[in-house]
This record gives sequence, C-alpha cells and structure tokens, in this order.
Amino acid sequence: MVEAPEPDRESADLVHEKLVVATSDLETWFIREVLPLEADLMQFLRRSWQNGSDLDDLCQEIYIRTYEVAREKRPRPVRPFVFTVARNLIVDRARREHVVPIEAVADLDQLGVAVDAPSPERNAIARDELRLLRAAIDRLPPRCREIVVLGRIEGLTGREIAVRLGIPETTVSYQLSVGLYALADMLFGENVTGGKRP
Amino acid sequence: MTNPISCEQDAEAAQNVRMRAATWLQRSQFWNWSEADQIELDRWLAESSSHQVAYIRIKAVWNRTERLTALRQSANPSRKNGSRFGRTFFARAIAAAAIAALIGFTGIRYLTGTVGTTWTTSVGGRRTLALPDGSKIELNTSTVLRINGDQRIAWLDRGEAYFQIKHDRAHPFVVIASGRRVVDIGTKFLVRDDGNRLEVSLVEGRARIESEKVRANTQAAILTPGDVAISAGGSFSVTKKSATNLANELSWRRDLLVFDNATLVDVATELNRYNQEKFIIADPNIARRKIDASIPTHGVQAFKRVVRDFLGLRVEDRGQEIIVSR
Repeated sequence: MVEAPEPDRESADLVHEKLVVATSDLETWFIREVLPLEADLMQFLRRSWQNGSDLDDLCQEIYIRTYEVAREKRPRPVRPFVFTVARNLIVDRARREHVVPIEAVADLDQLGVAVDAPSPERNAIARDELRLLRAAIDRLPPRCREIVVLGRIEGLTGREIAVRLGIPETTVSYQLSVGLYALADMLFGENVTGGKRP
Repeated sequence: MTNPISCEQDAEAAQNVRMRAATWLQRSQFWNWSEADQIELDRWLAESSSHQVAYIRIKAVWNRTERLTALRQSANPSRKNGSRFGRTFFARAIAAAAIAALIGFTGIRYLTGTVGTTWTTSVGGRRTLALPDGSKIELNTSTVLRINGDQRIAWLDRGEAYFQIKHDRAHPFVVIASGRRVVDIGTKFLVRDDGNRLEVSLVEGRARIESEKVRANTQAAILTPGDVAISAGGSFSVTKKSATNLANELSWRRDLLVFDNATLVDVATELNRYNQEKFIIADPNIARRKIDASIPTHGVQAFKRVVRDFLGLRVEDRGQEIIVSR
C-alpha cells in the first residue's frame, strides 16, 4: 500500500523515528489538497443534512469517492470537485430516504460560485499552526491529554507512559487512539474561526 | 457516481473505521512493531478505500502534530522529572483551581510556607500522580488536590483520591480534608470528600485520623486495614468493611463501578459523579430497589439499557437529565 515516498520534506524527516510517517505521492496529494477542505465540508454538510449523526459517514464517503477517482487521475481544481461529490451524495441520499432537503439543493447551487474561493481559515492555519495545535491538545479530556502530551511532546513510548503514570498499557493504548481520533476531528473538521460544532 | 448501496455499508462504519485507523497508527508509533504487525496493517488497508482514507487522515494529523515536539526542547531543556510536564497545557485548569484554593488560603500559608501544586480532574476524569519518592496518588472524578512544595502534605479540597504512600518516619505524609487530618503510618488509603461527608478507608498499613484544628483532640483514631472512618455533620465514627466492599470502592481505578445489593438511587448517584448526563430517579418507590451491578464509570448508555430492559422501568432523555420512572 505504501508507495515509494516522495523525496520531499516528509521523507527526509523519517530519520527521526516517531516524528512523521511516510506518505505516498497520492497520500501527500490527499493530505495537502483534500483534508484542508474538511472544515468547510463539514459546515456545508451540517447545513444541508439535518441528521447530525450521519455527518462523519457522509464526510468519509466523500473522501472515499474522491480518493478512488484520484487514484486514476487527480481532479483539478480540487475544491469544486469535492463539493460536487458532496452534492451528488446528498441528492442520492435524499432521494433514497424520500427526504428532500430543498434548502440544501438551493444552497448548493449558490455554492458553485463560492467553491473556488480560497478559505480564510486555511490562511489562519498557516499563520498560526502551533497555537492551533496547542489549543486542540488543550481541549482533549484531561487524562487523554496527559497521555498524548507524554507521548507526542515528551516522546515517551507507550510502555514508558504506563510506568510513569502507573496505569495499564491497554489504557495508554486506548487513550492514545482516542486522542488521535479527537485531534483529527478538531484539526480537520472544525472551522478555526467558526468555533466548535454544535 | 457509484452505487448508493455501497455508501450505506461504509456509512455504518465511519467512526469505527477512524478509530481503527487511530489504533493502528498509535500502535505502530508507541509500541513494539513487528514485521507481522506491518503485514496485518497492510492487509487491513488493502481491504477497502475507506480504511485507506481513514488511515491517510490519521497519518496527516500525526505528522501535523510533529511540530509540537518543538515545545519539548524550548520549554524544558533539562527536566526529566515527569511530575511537571506539559504545564502550559494545564495552565487554565490550574488557574481555575488556584481561585478555588484562594478561599482556603488563610490557615494554610503559615503551615507550609509554600503553596505547591494544584491538581484537578474534571467530571469523568481520572489521573495518577507519581511523587518523586515513589508514592502514588490517584485522583478520581471531579477532584481538586493540592500538594505542598516538599510533597508531604496534601489537601483534598474536593472529590476522592487513593493514596499509596512510601512511608518516611521523619516526614509522615499528611492528608487534610474537611477539617480532618490523616497521618500515614505506612499506608494505602482512600479519602473521599462529598462536601458534607468525609470518608477515609484504610486498605493497607496504618494511619491516624484526627481533627485538623486541635491536635490533642479526643477524636483521634488509629485505622487498620478494613477500617472506614466517616465524618459527617460533626459526628465521627469508625466502622469495618469487608475486603470485597473495599475492593468495590476502589474499582473506579479500573474505570468500573461495582455494586453489591445497592439501591437504585445509590447506583445512579454514583454514576452521576462521573458523567455530565445525570440520572434522576423520579419515583421514591423504585429508588429503593436493590440491585447488583458492574458498570463502566462512563456507562450511561449501558445503565440506561439495564434500567429499561432488565428492571422494566421507563427511561426518558431530557437533554442532560435522564428521568427514570415506572
């Protein structure tokens, strides 16, 4: 699955163990072009699809479709493509579930104009990445945060964390998973300027 | 576009898939990672695009947080002692706790000279403090604990903590809570302060409990294993608990609540300590029903099911409140 890494910054950093993970060319493209759209995408999904519990699933499905297309040929420009996928998916769903999200469809048509605009959030991210990361870590539940800080910032191994805190390794392992999961949602899924999800 | 049926299958799994991806990634980074593990991961990834996408996303967040490691070098170049790591991140919690601590200041300053460190947990939180001498303190949900500079006096301002203290004859460890002082004589003990009721349970070793203000007070007692001292509304008593009961009281250390022959209202009250959603037993007749139960501290959903399916009661969600009735 892992293709030869690009000879860029990411692969160069690989000598530092546990700092970064290698990404293939396709993966690097996906991370650079698609994931930064997640905050806007989620906001759009929230507006157009009332069933809040489905949002992660919709987002995941949009990613899958985009990824599968990109495997053959990278769509360009990316942003309108991703939002078109989102639109089609919602229309599919609405038809299947006999729900007609009229506002959503109307919204989508207007969106055609806006999708090309670079989002201000992306600039904010670029400007103050470290502050953003710290704020995200800050919002983890206390126990989880403590473990993630020891692992990611202090560079301890799982076993070392368990010994240091006097807790089972399974707990450390679970909390690290939970922490990463939550960080992904916070760092990709939320609008920096718009605050948290409802 | 693709067949919508397939998206329904994937939709079911999105959160699970993302959690699996997070687990794979942290396993590969924090634990022993063998060739066999890598093969297993590759196989998982090959199963579907959904797995691949979720894994890319989690890799991306992992790589993004790489920048945080910069904080380690710049903030604390030489500190090895873990008890103060990552203080920046706890600054807000500490500031909040410091305000709470100010209220109790007057009597404390002259005793200790230094104010020391405040540790807090939120509702549902739990943490373990490792002191330099090898002693360990585990904080349960919604707890505020202060420790003085030389780490031999702790104030339990709120909540519950389990102490495993390395005995030092010259410097006995003292816990102060609700006007009582617990002095260890080589001990493992649990202190729980519910605001109007203080309970000290001795698990191992010996400890002395006395009034904080008058040292030669008659209300002093030596606790031995199984003893539980209860101080409430000016009264003070010591009773004995079985090893099983004591073990049940400590089960929160394993994120579990264990009840033997407890009333429904007691179980609900206990579970409410750990969760934002609060169970309210609306009917006094059912409140006294006795049950045996083992519930995860965060098992709100599990308890709902038990109440509904096994006890046959009505469960009604009202935002943060869960009303139980007949």
